[in-house]
Amino acid sequence: MKRFVTTFVSTLALMAVPAAAETIAITGGKVVVGDGSAPMDGATVVIRDGRVVAAGTNVAVPADARRIDASGKWVTPGVFAGFSRIGLVEVGAVRSTNDTNAADSVFSAALDVQYAVNPFAAPVAVNRAAGVTRAVVSPSTGKSIFGGYGAIVDLGEDSNPITKAKAFQFVELGETGHRRAGGSRAAAHILFRAMLNEARTYSRNPSLFDSDLMKASDAKALLPVINGSTRLLVHVESANDILKVLDLRKDFPSLKLVLVGANEGWRVANEIAAAKVPVLASALSDLPYSFEDLSATQSNIGRMKQAGVNVAIGMINDRDAHQLRYSMQYAGNLVALNKVPRATGLSWDEAFAAISSKPAEIMGMGDQLGSLKAGRKGDVVIWTGDPLELSTQVESVFIDGVEQSLSNRQERLRERYRNPTPGALPKAYDR
Amino acid sequence: MELKDLLAVVAAGALVTGCAATAAETETASASASSSSKGSAGPAFPSTYKAYASDNIVITGATIFDGEGQRFDNGVIFMSAGKIVSVGGPDTVIPTDSTIIDGTGKYVTPGIIDVHSHLGDYPTPSVAAHSDGNEATSPVTPEVWAEHSVWPQDPGFSRAMANGGITSLQILPGSANLFGGRSVTLKNVPARTVQAMKFLGAPYGMKMACGENPKRVYGGRNRKPSTRMGSLSLTRQTWINAQEYQKKRKGAKPPKRDLAMETLAGVLDGDILVHNHCYRADELNQIIDMSKEFGYKVTAFHHAVESYKIADILAKEEICSAIWADWWGFKMEAYDAIPENAALLQQAGACVIIHSDDENQIQRLNQEASKALADGRAMGIEITDAQAIQWITYNPAKAMGIADQTGSLKPGKMADVVLWNDNPLSVYSRPEKVWIDGAMLFDANDASRRPVSDFELGQPGEGDVK
Repeated sequence: MKRFVTTFVSTLALMAVPAAAETIAITGGKVVVGDGSAPMDGATVVIRDGRVVAAGTNVAVPADARRIDASGKWVTPGVFAGFSRIGLVEVGAVRSTNDTNAADSVFSAALDVQYAVNPFAAPVAVNRAAGVTRAVVSPSTGKSIFGGYGAIVDLGEDSNPITKAKAFQFVELGETGHRRAGGSRAAAHILFRAMLNEARTYSRNPSLFDSDLMKASDAKALLPVINGSTRLLVHVESANDILKVLDLRKDFPSLKLVLVGANEGWRVANEIAAAKVPVLASALSDLPYSFEDLSATQSNIGRMKQAGVNVAIGMINDRDAHQLRYSMQYAGNLVALNKVPRATGLSWDEAFAAISSKPAEIMGMGDQLGSLKAGRKGDVVIWTGDPLELSTQVESVFIDGVEQSLSNRQERLRERYRNPTPGALPKAYDR
Repeated sequence: MELKDLLAVVAAGALVTGCAATAAETETASASASSSSKGSAGPAFPSTYKAYASDNIVITGATIFDGEGQRFDNGVIFMSAGKIVSVGGPDTVIPTDSTIIDGTGKYVTPGIIDVHSHLGDYPTPSVAAHSDGNEATSPVTPEVWAEHSVWPQDPGFSRAMANGGITSLQILPGSANLFGGRSVTLKNVPARTVQAMKFLGAPYGMKMACGENPKRVYGGRNRKPSTRMGSLSLTRQTWINAQEYQKKRKGAKPPKRDLAMETLAGVLDGDILVHNHCYRADELNQIIDMSKEFGYKVTAFHHAVESYKIADILAKEEICSAIWADWWGFKMEAYDAIPENAALLQQAGACVIIHSDDENQIQRLNQEASKALADGRAMGIEITDAQAIQWITYNPAKAMGIADQTGSLKPGKMADVVLWNDNPLSVYSRPEKVWIDGAMLFDANDASRRPVSDFELGQPGEGDVK
């Protein structure tokens, strides 16, 4: 969606080592901090040593800073995709390039996406060029209800994409959980409880562990879930399934729950808010895709927000490996709802926060990521205009204070076929 | 929200939706008469659609995109008796005894048209019992008709109207088969029967497919086709059979009725329009040569993500590309998709259609067109807003053979009209009112003008804004 300005970058440049973090002052732009506050006109953003030093209208420009004039532009934190499979897939249907799940593995909760995320995958470059700088990367599930460990990643061009490994465990407890557990929600819930209880057994005497449900590695992986040191992202959609997840804390009081999807969340928004469980919700789901989604509406996020739920935008099972660039369009659509009678949307400021600071906070990294507050990692995007608007393009992307290449193979194909008719030599020589 | 086209294969190892494939119960077309069989009692499964009551409506002060590349600022549109009467600038005569709607700050377009939808044949809820889009028991099924699979209670129809301003759409069979069957063109009007949605006078289309899907579905069962060359051979042999049938049908002793051959002969006679699912540039070119071998015309290539590589050829052949703005990477043949596909085609003078193939994106084809427009402008291609609107109005109407009746705001055409609360190329815009044949069937300001399908009646969220 958000495209980059035309640049011609050679293949060699694509392979080049990214520049080191420098001191940068982006001046004169319309600055969005990303924390839900209103944009500031004519503001300055200073980045040093890979971090935001300051963002505001009374910010001094350091003498050694490279100045970037952003007059007439918008300057925001990079977009934080609240739920994705970025870097786990090159071509969806080419199984060897798809690392989202492992149905033939003997492991479940122990699977860890940090070994699978490929920073050089084409979708990483494409979405980086569109202004997405960080993402929650989750496995999907194979034959268990547990998918394994997910991570927080950056979309930088360097070779280390992992911001936080083992950031959470992923589990299915809705219709997919029903299927994975053998055919009912009852089976999913007993399996969940049994696996967690057996993990406790494991912790008491690892050498004697013997379970029909999982390997020792899986049991070990579930311990930080039980004691709440690792978040548990739970995919559920229906109102009843959500309530049953909230009830899990009766048996496992330390669980640090995050709901994912939650298409019917608005119907039990008060209960979710009271339980203080945050939600990474699908923004535009509005059809009964299945019986767990009967009351899906685009007003879901707005209504949950009004009820006091801590909510951000995620994109579970919605082109979540290739199209994180839809995040801005989705947020913009929630703003559009404000003009539709009886609908509930988000204000512009809230909508941008739902794709920047909110997902970072929900993942426990709000002090590091997702906004332009002082001390946050230097993930900054300069846009030609309103970043939620469809006509807006990306001009520059910084990750950890390093200016990023916006080149990618879509751009290269575009330039090769700018004129489709071959010249003196075939197109294969045209680059 | 799974990809209609393919993603299911990744997770499940089996295809369950959309242009993918799955086993479906055999639909037996029990036609006692056919539109193409002479001497019959009339067309089979005739349309029973009748326009609902309409008023004389005038919208003033709006920005109007007429669907054929024209824009009127501070424009006026007058509809009466279900037809467009006049469209123009502020000096347009405003008739008396009409309801006048102040369109200041708002926008008017023709009803949006989707040339590629599976609403009804892959409806929501997308349970297996509803999987009716692919007769995936044989790679050659020109005998099946999509209308015999369409469930009129699909809640997706109402979303397409309320959020997307969709007034007409073509429902296609899926792409498991080389010959998928006949399409049906519908007016997006809630109805008890499909016949009451059928667009009167719309020609039939026929779905064809090339590339990965047919060879995967049948090759996986150790059947032909398991390769692209297998696909082409089976397709060509089928055309040879169709040519023989066509010849016999014109002879002294007409052959026994054959549903498959009737559809194929309809294509060869130019009565049925070919809508060919095909991704890769090299394969598009193969299909063009095959159509020349047998003397038929491809009306539109669907999902043609590599059209930009042969934009010059497609312009010369006058074949439309019905495409997404930016889908890519979900399967190998979609790997080279680029967001500038539409703009590069437009630059070459080729016909562009933005389509959905999806129950979600049909709700925002205007936004998809806007993204494709912006990506074109960013690479320096000049395209007007009004031309981008044409990608989702007049051009699909043309490819569906209904452009003489709808798809643009020309006097005498059907009053299929959307009033938008903001520029439809902005993310902040939504339909405020939708008229179909002059009847106001959606009004964002009136909860009673929001259709609710039988399926959603009595369910949580009934009648919600969605």
